[in-house]
Amino acid sequence: MSRTPSHASAPPPAVEADSLVVRLGHTEVLHGLTFSVPSGRVTGLLGPSGSGKSTLMRAIMGVQRVASGALTVLDRKAGAAALRQLIGYMTQDAAVYSDITVLDNVRYFASLHGRSRADAQEAVTAVGLSGFEKRKAANLSGGQFSRVSLACALVGQPKLLVLDEPTVGLDPVLRVDLWERFRALADAGTTLLVSSHVMEEASRCDSLLLLRDGYLLGQLTPDELRERGRSQDLEQAFLGIIQANSAPARESAARASAAKESAV
Amino acid sequence: MNPRMLAATTARVLNQLRHDPRSIGLILVVPSVLLAVVYWLFENETLPPGMPRTFDRIGPIMLAIFPFVIMFLLTSITMLRERTSGTLERLMTTPIHKADLLFGYGIAFSLMAALQSAIATGVAYWVFGLDIKGDAALVVLVAVVNAVLGVSLGLFCSAFARTEFQAVQFMPVVVIPQILLCGLFVPYAQMTDVFQVLSDWMPLTYSVKALQEITANTDPTGEMWRDLWIMAAVLLGLLILASFTLRRKSS
Repeated sequence: MSRTPSHASAPPPAVEADSLVVRLGHTEVLHGLTFSVPSGRVTGLLGPSGSGKSTLMRAIMGVQRVASGALTVLDRKAGAAALRQLIGYMTQDAAVYSDITVLDNVRYFASLHGRSRADAQEAVTAVGLSGFEKRKAANLSGGQFSRVSLACALVGQPKLLVLDEPTVGLDPVLRVDLWERFRALADAGTTLLVSSHVMEEASRCDSLLLLRDGYLLGQLTPDELRERGRSQDLEQAFLGIIQANSAPARESAARASAAKESAV
Repeated sequence: MNPRMLAATTARVLNQLRHDPRSIGLILVVPSVLLAVVYWLFENETLPPGMPRTFDRIGPIMLAIFPFVIMFLLTSITMLRERTSGTLERLMTTPIHKADLLFGYGIAFSLMAALQSAIATGVAYWVFGLDIKGDAALVVLVAVVNAVLGVSLGLFCSAFARTEFQAVQFMPVVVIPQILLCGLFVPYAQMTDVFQVLSDWMPLTYSVKALQEITANTDPTGEMWRDLWIMAAVLLGLLILASFTLRRKSS
């Protein structure tokens, strides 16, 4: 691939999608997405519930079949066996073993990634669960339970961390705390892809992917979102972009059907 | 397969069991209680001279059926939980190999099965005076192989259930026919041709045949080893089939 000299020093994107199409059964849920997730940055995947965020994340993690298009993760095809050592995943519904303790959960995933018991303890501390190590996961609150899941994703020290709504149901102090941790991870070279349906969290990301009904409305920075959406409020700005996007879409659809009619 | 991941998975499954006193009770205590029921059911039977007690005939078979049924139940539910809670999908994004997961389950439950049949066989011998010609260790061996058979059948069947309720529904469909046709109620030789053919296709039949060999002979017979090998082949085949049901990618 040819690159201009100015780009030669920048690392290649951690994730690249080209006309990515994903179907669930017979329903197409992602309609030809083309985007890239910059390396060593926090990228927010934003969109309402049902927009295809989780499906996209599952495709990146290699557990969802790609119908067509290309999806490259850390220079390999998504789902490649070699990637499993390099990526970490936190699902939306905390996927941890509720019948064993917090520390035992994290230790299990640590050992699958060849990490030590000290690494497991560190991950538990990192998500603010120190003092709860011996607690059975089932006896935690919802927010604590999802943080066990986050610790299990962190413990492998992955190059790419894919987090599906990690801050849902957390108290504001903890939410800020976690975002600071994400920032610190990115500064240390980890690439993060974090989904959220809370637009306020978008301001904490370096880059945003706006997803709606399986279409990518755009990839931009928070500042660009404010500018293009003509609002300082990110929620309003997102709404502005949706409206701006749907108007030409309707027009072009109308034009296409008119052209079809005139052709007959 | 990776020894570290295999050991970690075995330890994790055992750890899950450790936090579940009811399952431990089901594994370690219930078989002996049921064995006691069988003993007392036939306590007052009148036998013609030279005829062995019914308990000595049925006892060893019960020792093989318990681990099969209990391990089938435990594994299918545990594996189903793994599928529905999302932990299976998460595991599929980690470096773990399917074989590490399946054999991790297999080893964890086999260890429990060994403990279970050691206790139940001990109770049968020392409390109820079980009197058979063969070696007690062989009875335990057949029971453990049977338990792993239950584990692999449970792992396989869990792929076809969406809820725990559906998983339990496999009991009357998959397990009870095997108990009926394995030779416990009616000896194999007295069954109609159709039932004999069906019985031949059921793995539990071979454990009963092996146990009957142990009951009747002081030394292990070639037939007993053959039956054990058939069981081993079936359980290996089931584990391979189960590995096909663990798909990394959903479509």
